[in-house]
Amino acid sequence: MSAVLTPHGHAAGDHGHGHDEAHDHPHGWRRWLFATNHKDIGTLYLLFSFTMLMIGGILALLIRAELFQPGLQIVNPQLFNQLTTMHGLIMVFGAIMPAFVGFANWMIPLQIGAADMAFARMNNFSFWLMIPAAIMLVMSFFMPGGAPAAGWTLYAPLTLQMGPSMDAGIFAMHILGASSIMGSINIIVTVLNMRAPGMTLMKMPMFCWTWLITAYLLIAVMPVLAGAITMTLTDRHFGTSFFNPAGGGDPVMYQHIFWFFGHPEVYIMILPAFGIISHIVPAFARKKLFGYTSMVYATASIAILSFIVWAHHMYATGMPVTGQLFFMYATMLISVPTGVKVFNWIATMWRGSMTFETPMLFAVGFIFVFTMGGFTGLILSMAPVDIQLQDTYYVVAHFHYVLVAGSLYAMFAGAYYWLPKWTGVMYSEGRGKFHFWGSLITFNVTFFPMHFLGLAGMPRRYADYPMQFADFNALATVGAFGFGLMQVYFFLFVVLPCMRGKGAPAPQRPWDGAEGLEWEVPSPAPFHTFETPPKLNALATKVIG
Amino acid sequence: MMKTTKSLWQKAGLLGLALGGSLASTAALAVNSLKGGPGVNQINLPHPVTEIAVDQMWLHNFMLIICSLIFVGVFGVMFWSIFRHRRSKGAKPAHFHESTTVEIIWTVIPFVIVILMALPATKVVVAMKDTTAADLTIKATGYQWKWGYDYLKGEGEGIGFISTLDASQRAMSDAGKPQGDDYLLKVDNPLVVPVDRKVRIITTANDVIHSFMVPAFGVKQDAIPGFVRDTWFRATETGDYYGQCAELCGKEHAYMPIHVKVLSAENYAAWVDTKKKEIAAKADDPNKVWTLPDLLARGEKVYANCASCHQANGKGGGPVKPLDGSPVVLDADHLKQIKVLLNGIPPGMPAWKQLNDTEIAAVITYTKNTWSNKTGQIVQPSEVAAARK
Repeated sequence: MSAVLTPHGHAAGDHGHGHDEAHDHPHGWRRWLFATNHKDIGTLYLLFSFTMLMIGGILALLIRAELFQPGLQIVNPQLFNQLTTMHGLIMVFGAIMPAFVGFANWMIPLQIGAADMAFARMNNFSFWLMIPAAIMLVMSFFMPGGAPAAGWTLYAPLTLQMGPSMDAGIFAMHILGASSIMGSINIIVTVLNMRAPGMTLMKMPMFCWTWLITAYLLIAVMPVLAGAITMTLTDRHFGTSFFNPAGGGDPVMYQHIFWFFGHPEVYIMILPAFGIISHIVPAFARKKLFGYTSMVYATASIAILSFIVWAHHMYATGMPVTGQLFFMYATMLISVPTGVKVFNWIATMWRGSMTFETPMLFAVGFIFVFTMGGFTGLILSMAPVDIQLQDTYYVVAHFHYVLVAGSLYAMFAGAYYWLPKWTGVMYSEGRGKFHFWGSLITFNVTFFPMHFLGLAGMPRRYADYPMQFADFNALATVGAFGFGLMQVYFFLFVVLPCMRGKGAPAPQRPWDGAEGLEWEVPSPAPFHTFETPPKLNALATKVIG
Repeated sequence: MMKTTKSLWQKAGLLGLALGGSLASTAALAVNSLKGGPGVNQINLPHPVTEIAVDQMWLHNFMLIICSLIFVGVFGVMFWSIFRHRRSKGAKPAHFHESTTVEIIWTVIPFVIVILMALPATKVVVAMKDTTAADLTIKATGYQWKWGYDYLKGEGEGIGFISTLDASQRAMSDAGKPQGDDYLLKVDNPLVVPVDRKVRIITTANDVIHSFMVPAFGVKQDAIPGFVRDTWFRATETGDYYGQCAELCGKEHAYMPIHVKVLSAENYAAWVDTKKKEIAAKADDPNKVWTLPDLLARGEKVYANCASCHQANGKGGGPVKPLDGSPVVLDADHLKQIKVLLNGIPPGMPAWKQLNDTEIAAVITYTKNTWSNKTGQIVQPSEVAAARK
C-alpha cells in the first residue's frame, strides 16, 4: 500500500522538519470521513470524479449504442433524452469540475509551500456535500417518470413538464454549487494568504494562477445558476411565472441567465487545464515556460471576456442584429488570448531538449486536439455559420474536442505527471503510452465524424435519424466504445497499481526538467508538508533552508 | 470545378470510412442521398438554394481554409520542433523565456485576422436579419410534436394546416427497421411556397421551444411559446427541401420534420386555388337550418372549450357561474345568451366571437338542452349571424 492509502513509513525524509505524523489524525474510515488533510481530500475528490466519469461514460455508451443504427433498438426516446441530459450534468458537475478541485487540493498547498488549505474543515464539508448530491442525481433515474430529460441546459419551459426528478436534479445542482463556492473560497484564501515567504504572485506556478482566476469565476457565476434553477423551481411549484409564457414569463430570459453562468463555466473547466499544461510542457522541454507574464494576462483576459459572450449560444433564438453582431465580435476576440497561450507553449518547446514521457504526450495531444476544438469554436462564433450549425452534431463535436481532448486530456497529463509524487510509485511508461495512443485514436474516431454529421444537418439530442447519417454514426459508436475501454484500462492498469504500491518506487524528482516546490518534498509526499514556511530561492522554485 | 472538388472530398471521405463502414452492419442498409435533404455521408453544408445559404457556405469554406492554413502553420512549427529539438537527437535547451516584441506580434496578428473574418460575416448577419418587404408571410407554430402553418399575408392568405410526421415512419422507428430515403422526413402536409419570392416565416410555439430549420435555405429560427420571432428565405430553385426540429422539445423531438415544397408561380397559384376550395367546402354554411339532434352533437364538441371553467357537468365552481339552471341559459330570449358568448362578461367570461356562427349556435343549443336544462329550444346559426351585425 502506498502513501495515498497509508501515510506511514516515510516519516524520515520530511526536510528537516520531519516528525512522527502517524498519531495526529484518525485512521480507517474516520480518516476519510473526517479528513482535513488537503492530500486526503484531494484523493477523495479525484476518486469521486473518476467514479462519476465512469457513470457518465456508461450513459454516453448507451446513447452511442442507440445511435449505432437508425431506428430505435435499445432505448425509447424519453429514456434517450434522460441519458443525454444526465450524461451532460454528471460529466460537467460530477466529473470535470470536482476533478480539477482534486488537483487543486493536492497541488496548490504543495506548489505555494503551504501546510494545508486555509479552511481544512470547510474543505472536508465541500467534498462530502457532493456525495448526497451525486447520489440524488444518479438515483433520479429510478424516480417516477425517470430522470430529468430537458437537456443539461435545463431550458424552460420544457423543465416545467418534467416529473419530480427535476426537483431532485435542481436540489442536487444547488448542493454541488454550494460545494463549488466553498471550494473556491478555500482556494482563493489559500493562494492569497498562505504562500511561502518569497513566493510573490508573479512567481507563483501557473496552475495556482489559473485556479485563482477560475475560483473567482466560480464565485461569480455559481449563484447565477442557483438563481436560474430556483426560479425554475418556483415556476414549477409555487405559481410564479418567471419563464412560463402562460403567465407572462419569458423562456428566453432563462437562456440568458443560464448562459451568463454557462459560458464562464466553460472556462472554469478549461483554465485549470491550461495551468497543468503550462507545467508539463516546460518540464519535458527542459526549458522555462515562455512568456509567463503574458500567460497570466491571457488567462485573466479570457476570464473577463467570458462574461460578455454568453448569447453566442442563443443566435437562433432571434436576437436583434446589433445583439448578434456584438456577441459575434466579442466571441471572436476570445480566440486572441487563447492563441497567445498556444503560441507560448510552442515557443516553450522551441529549441528545448524534449522527451516524450506520457505526461508530455498527453500535453502535446492536448495542444493539438484542443486547438482543433478552438478553431471549430471560431467557426461557430460566426453568427451566419452558426445558424446552420447551432443544435447540430457539429456543436457536439466542438465541445467534446475542448472538454474531452481539452480538459480531460490535461487531467490525464497532470495525473501521469504527479502520480509519482502522490503515490510514490512510477506508473508503467508502456501502459501510459498505450493509454495515450489508444485514447487519441478512439477519441478522434468518435468525434471527428460528428463534424460531418452536423454540417449535413443532423440535429443533436435525436434518438433516431434519417438513414443518410448512418455510417458516420456507426463509426462514432465504434470509437466511443474503444474510448470507454481505454479509460477503464487507465484505472485498472495505471492508477490502481500505483495506488496499491505495485511498481518501481518513484524518486523525489522523477522528471529532471520539472521545477516547483512539489518536487522539493519526497515521493510519496508526506502526510504533512511545509509545516513551517520554507525559505525559498530568488525564483521561488526551490527550498534553500 | 466546384463539382470535381466536391466529388474528390466525397471520395476522400468514403475512403476514410471504408474501414469503419465495413465493420458496421449499417453498410447493408440501402439508402440514396435525398435531394433537398441529407446526402449519404455528406461532409459539408447542403447544396444551398437561397442567397443566404450560399453566403453561409462561402463563409464556412472561407473560415475552414483560413483555420486550416493557420493550423498547418502553427503545428508545422510545433512538429518540426518536436522532431528536431528532442533530447535523443542531442538537443541542448536554450535559455530564452520571454520577449515582449514576440508577444505583441502574436497578439496583434490574430487580432487583425479576426477583424478580417468579421467583415464578411457582418454583411451576412445584416442581410439575414432583414425580414422586411416580404411577398408572403407564413406563421409556423411548433406543437408537441408537429408544425402548424398559417398563411397570414400574400398569395394564399387564410390557408392554414397542420403538418405531421407520416405515421408509418414512427412505426418503422419503433420497430427498429427504417426504410426509405425520406425516413423521418416524410410528412402528411408539406409547407408549400412559391419560388423566387421572399417568404417571411414568423415562428411561435404552443407549449415548449421548438426550432424551425431548413438547412438548404440556411434558416434556423427558434419557435418560442408566448413570443413571435421571424426569419426569411427566397428559394431560387423549385423542389422539395427538408429540415427537422432543432431545439429539444420533449420525447418526440426527433419526429417533427419540416418539408418545404417550392413550386413555380403557376403551380403555386393552382395549389392556393385547390386549397381555398377545400377550405370553402369544409366551412359551415351559416344559412343552414339544423335539426335538434345534429346541433346537439355538434354543440357537445364545441362545449369542450367551455368545460375547462364551467365543468363537464355545467355546475361551474368558485367565481365561475353554473350553466345548469342558469336563468340566462333557460331564457326564451335567445339573444341574451348569444350576446354573452359574443361579448363576454368581464373580467371572468371571455368573448368567443372567434367561433363561427354554427359553433356558437350549436353550443348554446347544447347548454339549453343538457343536464337539468330541458328547454327544447333550438338556436339557429342565422340568429347568431344577425346578432353579430
